[in-house]
Amino acid sequence: MRVFRLQVNGDPLDVAAPEHWSLLEVLRYRLGLTGSKQGCDKGDCGACTVLIDGTPTLACLALPATLEGKDITTIEGLRPLHQKAGGQGVDPVQDAFDRCGALQCGFCQPGMILSTKALLSDNPDPSRREIQDALAGNLCRCTGYTQIFQAVELVADEVAGREPRKPAWAQAREQEIAAASPKEEPFQPEHGGQA
Amino acid sequence: MLRMPPFTVLNPSTVDEAMEQMLAAAGEARWLAGGTDINPNLKHRLLEPQALIALEGVGELRGVSVNEKGWLRLGAMTTLTEVAEHAQIQAQWPALAQAASLVSGPQLRNMGTIGGNVMLDTRCQWYNQTHFWRKSLGYCMKKDGTECHVIKGGSKCVAAASNDTAPALMTLDAEIEIASGDGRARMPLAELWQADGIWNRKLSPQELLVAIHLPPTAAKHHGAYGKLRDRGSIDFPLFGIAVRLDLDDAGKIAHAALCAVALQARPWPLKKVADALCGTTPGEQDFLDAVEQVAALAAKQCRPMPNIPGDHEYRHAMVPVYTKRTLFAAAAKAGPVHHL
Ligand SMILES: Cc1cc2nc3c(=O)[nH]c(=O)nc-3n(C[C@H](O)[C@H](O)[C@H](O)COP(=O)(O)OP(=O)(O)OC[C@H]3O[C@@H](n4cnc5c(N)ncnc54)[C@H](O)[C@@H]3O)c2cc1C
Ligand code: FES
Ligand code: FES
Repeated sequence: MRVFRLQVNGDPLDVAAPEHWSLLEVLRYRLGLTGSKQGCDKGDCGACTVLIDGTPTLACLALPATLEGKDITTIEGLRPLHQKAGGQGVDPVQDAFDRCGALQCGFCQPGMILSTKALLSDNPDPSRREIQDALAGNLCRCTGYTQIFQAVELVADEVAGREPRKPAWAQAREQEIAAASPKEEPFQPEHGGQA
Repeated sequence: MLRMPPFTVLNPSTVDEAMEQMLAAAGEARWLAGGTDINPNLKHRLLEPQALIALEGVGELRGVSVNEKGWLRLGAMTTLTEVAEHAQIQAQWPALAQAASLVSGPQLRNMGTIGGNVMLDTRCQWYNQTHFWRKSLGYCMKKDGTECHVIKGGSKCVAAASNDTAPALMTLDAEIEIASGDGRARMPLAELWQADGIWNRKLSPQELLVAIHLPPTAAKHHGAYGKLRDRGSIDFPLFGIAVRLDLDDAGKIAHAALCAVALQARPWPLKKVADALCGTTPGEQDFLDAVEQVAALAAKQCRPMPNIPGDHEYRHAMVPVYTKRTLFAAAAKAGPVHHL
């Protein structure tokens, strides 16, 4: 057992835990911060992603003894401050994931959202390729990723004050409809519209 | 849930203090760098040291610098992200930056270090498994058992060197700076390896890699790294190859080196490739002919075994393909070569 002095979501905390526990175990089973998910527990999935001094890091492979004095941010650190309580409301990244339907089971979300936060703070207007690269360490077994990438683009568009780009399927559908509809003359009722 | 076995963590702040702690532990301690290799291995009970000596706070192991003679010094604790994104490394030692950029995924590159990558434990599909899994099979000779499941009746462990940066560093003639109980020493990285999958280095686990030194590259140096893997991210190499081509003023290849990984216990420098490539001019027919020759040489010299995941015949079929693509990428100053 060792007392770790950790800075979690802005709070300085003294936490007593066995020295061989991973940061993920300390977060979940000492601090009750179960937002960071225990997926594979060996570095394969990214569900346990937290930010250490702003950098995406896997909590399942990090040891608290090497993290004293560093700033640890978990998904709970982005907690929405209700507007009625004077807060900004929900975090824009969380909000975009929500509006894009970028989840099914939700298990990958805390990691996806934190990797996205780190990406956008370095690069507020990433290309699709840059988004894919930044999220390449976060597995999602449900969504097929498309809506996740769209959610990141939605945040980027809104922050830049642009009209949000439409998803590729919506663009394709619009083109299809435009191509299929016959170019008719506007409807002219007989008798000048008089019955 | 995979728990680590009990250990204590020591936090030295200098190389001397770290060495003292290591010697005091009398063989019961291991170095902890980014923890991305050793921690999964601890969780699988592939080792159970009493103490981990964290290198996190040792200042001398940090930093990337180039000295007045043009040598690059990489502190062992430099992260793979730092190596991959360093503009001068990308320009002058491109194969290294490319190899670092293809290790695993972003979080693991943020955590994993170049020192830990060089010192990576060898890998095998019969070894990198939970204790429960290995026990059900009666273990293997690398850990807890006597048998080899890769080569039936085999007497030598053939777990594969799987570190992406090692072949790149070897084509670049890297030297490693080591601290031990006897003080400091420096040796070529090429001399580090031994043909034993159980422990593929000639250094003991108690010796400390302080830094990696790379000589300056020629003005017309071309380098690239190619990596075969299942997905475009996260996976260890199924085959990896680093290429070096140094051109003379006339644009002819004056020096060439290729080194492969993910085959057997050691990173695998290819022989006689320089004979084929030297004197040819990238972009001309003689270079294209030489590339075909080198691809055939590579297929002869690189014989993937069923030690790591991925069908070994498929991996073998990909050896000439990745060799050619990586040579072309190096010639075109492009790369890395991998699929997305
Ligand atoms: C899911 C997953 C995917 C991965 N994919 C890849 C991949 O594609 N390619 C690849 O190359 N690697 C891969 N890795 C392995 C690993 O992330 C990297 O090799 C990384 O560079 C290891 O560095 P580290 O600092 O985390 O090492 P650690 O785990 O801290 O150490 C590794 C070993 O080296 C020893 N060591 C560390 N530093 C020193 C030193 N300075 N002196 C002496 N000994 C030292 C340790 O004692 C330990 O035995 C992967 C790992 C995971 C979990
Ligand atoms: S739980 Fe940490 S990477 Fe899967
Ligand atoms: S929503 Fe289920 S894993 Fe991503």
